[in-house]
Amino acid sequence: MAGSNPNAKPMNLTLNVWRQPNRHTQGKIVEYKVKDISPEMSFLEMLDVLNEDLLRAGQDPVAFDHDCREGICGSCDLFINGRSHGPEKGTTTCQLHMRKFSDGDTITIEPWRATAFPVNKDLSVDRSAFDRIIQAGGYISVNTGGVPDGNEIPVPKDLADRAFEAATCIACGACVAACKNASAMLFVSAKVSQLSLLPQGQPERKTRVENMVAQMDKEGFGACSNIGSCAAECPVGISLENIAILNREFLTAKATSNNLA
Amino acid sequence: MSWITKTLTSTIGRKIIMSVTGLFLCTFLVVHLVGNLQLFKHDHGAAFNIYSHFMGTNPIIRTIEWGLVLGFGFHIYEAFALTSRNKSARGAQGYVSNHAEQNSEWTSRNMGILGTIILIFLLIHLYNFFWRARFGSLDPDINNNDDLYSLVVSSFKQWWYVVLYVAAQISLGYHLWHGFRSGFQTLGLNHRKYTPIIKYAGYVFAVVVSAAFASMPLYFFLFTNEKGELAANAPTLIHAVASAF
Ligand code: HEM
Ligand code: FES
Repeated sequence: MAGSNPNAKPMNLTLNVWRQPNRHTQGKIVEYKVKDISPEMSFLEMLDVLNEDLLRAGQDPVAFDHDCREGICGSCDLFINGRSHGPEKGTTTCQLHMRKFSDGDTITIEPWRATAFPVNKDLSVDRSAFDRIIQAGGYISVNTGGVPDGNEIPVPKDLADRAFEAATCIACGACVAACKNASAMLFVSAKVSQLSLLPQGQPERKTRVENMVAQMDKEGFGACSNIGSCAAECPVGISLENIAILNREFLTAKATSNNLA
Repeated sequence: MSWITKTLTSTIGRKIIMSVTGLFLCTFLVVHLVGNLQLFKHDHGAAFNIYSHFMGTNPIIRTIEWGLVLGFGFHIYEAFALTSRNKSARGAQGYVSNHAEQNSEWTSRNMGILGTIILIFLLIHLYNFFWRARFGSLDPDINNNDDLYSLVVSSFKQWWYVVLYVAAQISLGYHLWHGFRSGFQTLGLNHRKYTPIIKYAGYVFAVVVSAAFASMPLYFFLFTNEKGELAANAPTLIHAVASAF
């Protein structure tokens, strides 16, 4: 590997991996051994090594979700040693490196567990419930016409910063996975506060929160007990303040919107 | 369903009921605690019995009492409704390995267990004191009031009763340690200026309220005679504190 550290000793690891053939069949933990893992590999590269071994042995490789492998897309949904995205703070699984583990370690790897996130196969889960919540209201309407002047709508710096922080959510689902209640409140709150803090989000402000919360409940996510596991495990540091904003946006919308349904 | 029932049965709506009732119960705790401090007066329960007679007969208090019944009723109902919903949201297959202790506080994850201990305590507590005071027949005291004080003292002379009370107060303390601040967050009352204050006020509230309630059974069990009189051989510190009442 280019620029690799010659002193980094390769590791041998035991992996307890959740294997499940499909959505309708009960899965189980299966033990695998991987050898000569470089501490400089990412966690996903280590799984690639496992899969190459399995393919060479004529076995079914472990299905897991991944795409960008640089912490942007939020695909890499692995529950590692009892934590969303593993032990390191503020990272996705693709940003977790094997130097965080030691030679001889046993690592347990499971899929996100939530009724609203069914397991497709092995470690791969269906997170389309998040897409449906966004479709229910996580957008702004932009009308056609001339391009507005960039500075036409004043946005205070403080609000712009807070909205931007909320906008960094990559919808990875670590919050749901870590939450005792499999609650999607941190995810929903990030989008609701991002858009309700900005002038562009005002026209749909009330219907947005009403519809997104209704969809969240319909998908079967749990309620928020203000435990804080979600924010602690969030790779981009979405804060619990957003959940308070969501609660008051919801209450205000329900109390004052024209929607009687 | 109308928009009102839809709002109140949504996950956030249920939590708002939980929070409003929970914070209301916190105000009840303060009133209950302050009134009960009269147990420490050295008057063989005269003041305490006047107070409990007032609480049991005053029409305004009796009206507010219904609010308290509803507050407890909704809090407990929503506790079960939310807990069962939250359990099914995780699904039948839980994690094989889960280290929630590395990302959150124990109390916040165990509000249901803590609440259930409080509930069991509450039923026994209500039966022993409230039920007997309201519907039973107690002997009269020197002012011809029902002598609830003597019932309190004799109850707190039984070790298992004291253990139950202290365990319940520890549970209440933990419940409030998380619950106080959580209640504000549920209502959307989060602000970088006030949230740290609410958090520490909640810790102080939890410790002071539960310790003060627990001090009552402990005081009578450890330091008084059968009549509730402070024993001469009680530690000087206890004598010093008791003389303030
Ligand atoms: C004097 C008695 C009580 C007080 C002062 C009290 C207070 C509170 C407060 C302030 C909260 C926070 C609400 C929120 O998170 O928004 C809470 C939550 C909770 N309480 Fe109580 N409570 C009491 C008794 C009980 C009882 C008897 C039960 C149960 C059977 C119970 C079960 C719960 C549960 C499960 C929660 C957490 C709900 C959740 O966040 O999912 N509580 N309580
Ligand atoms: S694979 Fe895209 S964030 Fe990890």
